[in-house]
Amino acid sequence: MSFSNDTTLKLDSRPEVPRTVVANASGEMAAGEEIKTATVGQVTVANPVMSARTVNVHYGEKHAIKDVSIDVANNSVIAFIGPSGCGKSTFLRCLNRMNDTIENARVEGLITLDGNDIYDRRQDVVQLRARVGMVFQKPNPFPKSIYENVAYGPRIHGLVTSRADLDEIVQTSLRKAGLWEEVKDRLDGPGTGLSGGQQQRLCIARAIAVDPEVILMDEPCSALDPIATAKVEDLIDELRENYAIVIVTHNMQQAARVSQRTAYFHLGELIEVGPTDQIFTNPRHRLTEDYITGRFG
Amino acid sequence: MQISSLVLLLAFLTLLAYRFGRGRAVRLVGGPRGVRDLHSLPSYYGALAAVWCAVPSLVILLAWQGFSDRVLTHLTVQSMPASVPALPAAELGLITNDVRNVIRGSVPPASASPEIRAAAATYQSLESAARAGLAVLCTLAAVLGGFVLWRRIAPDLRARNEVERLVMWLLIGCASIAILTTIGIVLSVLYEALRFFGKVPVTDFLFGTHWSPQMALSADQVGSSGAFGAVPLFAGTLLIAIIAMLVAVPIGLFAAIYLAEYADRRFRAVAKPLLETLAGIPTVVYGFFAALTVGPALRDLGQMLGLAVSTESALAAGLVMGIMIIPFISSLADDMITAVPQAMRDGSSALGATRSETIRKVVLPAALPGIVGGVLLGVSRAIGETMIVVMAAGLSANLTANPLQAVTTVTVQIVTLLVGDQEFDSPKTLAAFALGLGLFLTTLLLNIIALKVVRRYREQYE
Ligand SMILES: Nc1ncnc2c1ncn2[C@@H]1O[C@H](COP(=O)(O)OP(=O)(O)OP(=O)(O)O)[C@@H](O)[C@H]1O
Ligand SMILES: [Mg+2]
Repeated sequence: MSFSNDTTLKLDSRPEVPRTVVANASGEMAAGEEIKTATVGQVTVANPVMSARTVNVHYGEKHAIKDVSIDVANNSVIAFIGPSGCGKSTFLRCLNRMNDTIENARVEGLITLDGNDIYDRRQDVVQLRARVGMVFQKPNPFPKSIYENVAYGPRIHGLVTSRADLDEIVQTSLRKAGLWEEVKDRLDGPGTGLSGGQQQRLCIARAIAVDPEVILMDEPCSALDPIATAKVEDLIDELRENYAIVIVTHNMQQAARVSQRTAYFHLGELIEVGPTDQIFTNPRHRLTEDYITGRFG
Repeated sequence: MQISSLVLLLAFLTLLAYRFGRGRAVRLVGGPRGVRDLHSLPSYYGALAAVWCAVPSLVILLAWQGFSDRVLTHLTVQSMPASVPALPAAELGLITNDVRNVIRGSVPPASASPEIRAAAATYQSLESAARAGLAVLCTLAAVLGGFVLWRRIAPDLRARNEVERLVMWLLIGCASIAILTTIGIVLSVLYEALRFFGKVPVTDFLFGTHWSPQMALSADQVGSSGAFGAVPLFAGTLLIAIIAMLVAVPIGLFAAIYLAEYADRRFRAVAKPLLETLAGIPTVVYGFFAALTVGPALRDLGQMLGLAVSTESALAAGLVMGIMIIPFISSLADDMITAVPQAMRDGSSALGATRSETIRKVVLPAALPGIVGGVLLGVSRAIGETMIVVMAAGLSANLTANPLQAVTTVTVQIVTLLVGDQEFDSPKTLAAFALGLGLFLTTLLLNIIALKVVRRYREQYE
């Protein structure tokens, strides 16, 4: 793994911040990687699944993401928080190249999955998205049966050859998503006939079915009631055993409950990253503190 | 007073009623500042007053328009010499007709008998008196109606509810007109068709394979009875419709998919309206295009290939009809495809589906009910289309599945049966109604099937 060293960032915009935090990679990282970044806290981790370095995103003239560098660790949940419009969704969508579908979006910088550049010309976006799944803010099951919703991904990726295998995948995915008991008798019923919370867990099952390494979730609970939210949160905690999870949320308690690391975004910049406990109890940057304590406008 | 000026007067009174009604409502609560004390907005009081003013007088006016002639004629006849009213109905009809001709001026008065002229004069004087009476009556009704409501106006009068109820009745009225007209048409077609089946057995019509409806002029002529086997006509209709749909469905659907999913915005903005203008071309134009260009071209092509293609062929008509139907299908399918939420596409591509997989497996199934609707609309058009077929497919009732031959369709035969002077009770004319009924039942069946199909998929998907 070798990251280019020319990732020095502009450091002129925030005078009250400690100017340079050099986040040294821990011993297991490729020797000598040094990331110069304005972000407070440790942006790197040992054995990251995904790494972003100096990522910039423009929508036409609008500079939506500014020099963001961060690692996503395996078997843990990282939460992106920050005020509305700060670029959380934009950055999340960079991680599985969903921004490709937006005409005027331009992504610069290096994003790797297991050390391979995902924006490389040789990278097939289809395979990438099989490895980096996504769950959206609003549950969006396909207008098909529950079974077909889960079977959709394995089918298009040709993961199965027999119906028995497919049945197996559907069942395990639904089990992992904690939905099996509720729907096992009506697999042929429409996915859109489920409650909102069930639909969202169906979408998670759908994402799990292609056996990804990373699951991106953009405010997955914002359309759900507290009970459904609690279920999805429990689920996220269980999924952590097998997947790396990135979750965008507006709900501080939720971030605190489900995540191990938290990243705070502000106006397109990544202000602070750290262990979730530390971010919520002892934020180091004033902007983070303002936001966490609700002082942010 | 002329009816038109009476209507104008009533319109003016209605307007006045609105102003006064509104004004009174506002005044009762002490000016515009007190409007909150009114049950409804002031304009509702105005509207209610206007309705009360206009409706009774309009009812009177309509009643007059409907019955005046009959009443006046009766009075005129009564005023004629005592022998006249006692005449049998037929002769009485002749006399009143003469009177009417004099009044209309289509017969010079000098040529009519003095009695008739006198009757005409009576009629006219009666009519002008009645008109004056009508004017007074209508105006009175308008004023009275407006006044009654004007008196009723009070802050707690529920004007909005009343106006809305009246609007609802208006809507119900319009809906019933549409439904009743349809029922009326169906019943009259059914009635005439039954008369036809009284003369020609149903089985001959349904299963007969020979169609030549020409009736002999006199009974002793050879081949005096026509043959009314409708099978060749329905077969021809089916053949042409199938050819048309074979052209229109793929092209229309693929065009819609391209426009909705692949085309960039600027191209779409130009191409979609352009495609839709295809629907605006009159079918006669398609017809002579088919007859003068496509037909001969196909014949020449057939000659080159050693095939016998007649100039008027089912293929020519079907092809051109298919072109005509493309915009119906593409436009509806495009609307349906664009209506599929972006979230569906996102969900699919986030799972790693390519664009075409997304379209095939998510977008099209979700849009299917609408697309089926568009296709069936197209089929109905194809079955009902007449002009293209008259011009390009011919009139000969061949029973054939060969698209290179001339065929004829149900609609074309209806036209040929009814063009020119006809007796209305000969089987030849009545056959048109039987064909019409057949056509109607076919389309009805198609629609029912379509609804079934759509509902099956709906159940599966939602
Ligand atoms: N397709 C687009 N075209 C142009 N600008 C966009 C587009 N999508 C997002 N933006 C802009 O980029 C910025 C970041 O948007 P983004 O959706 O990432 O914010 P967010 O942090 O997810 O906000 P929220 O919490 O409200 O979801 C915003 O200023 C937004 O207006
Ligand atoms: Mg967002």
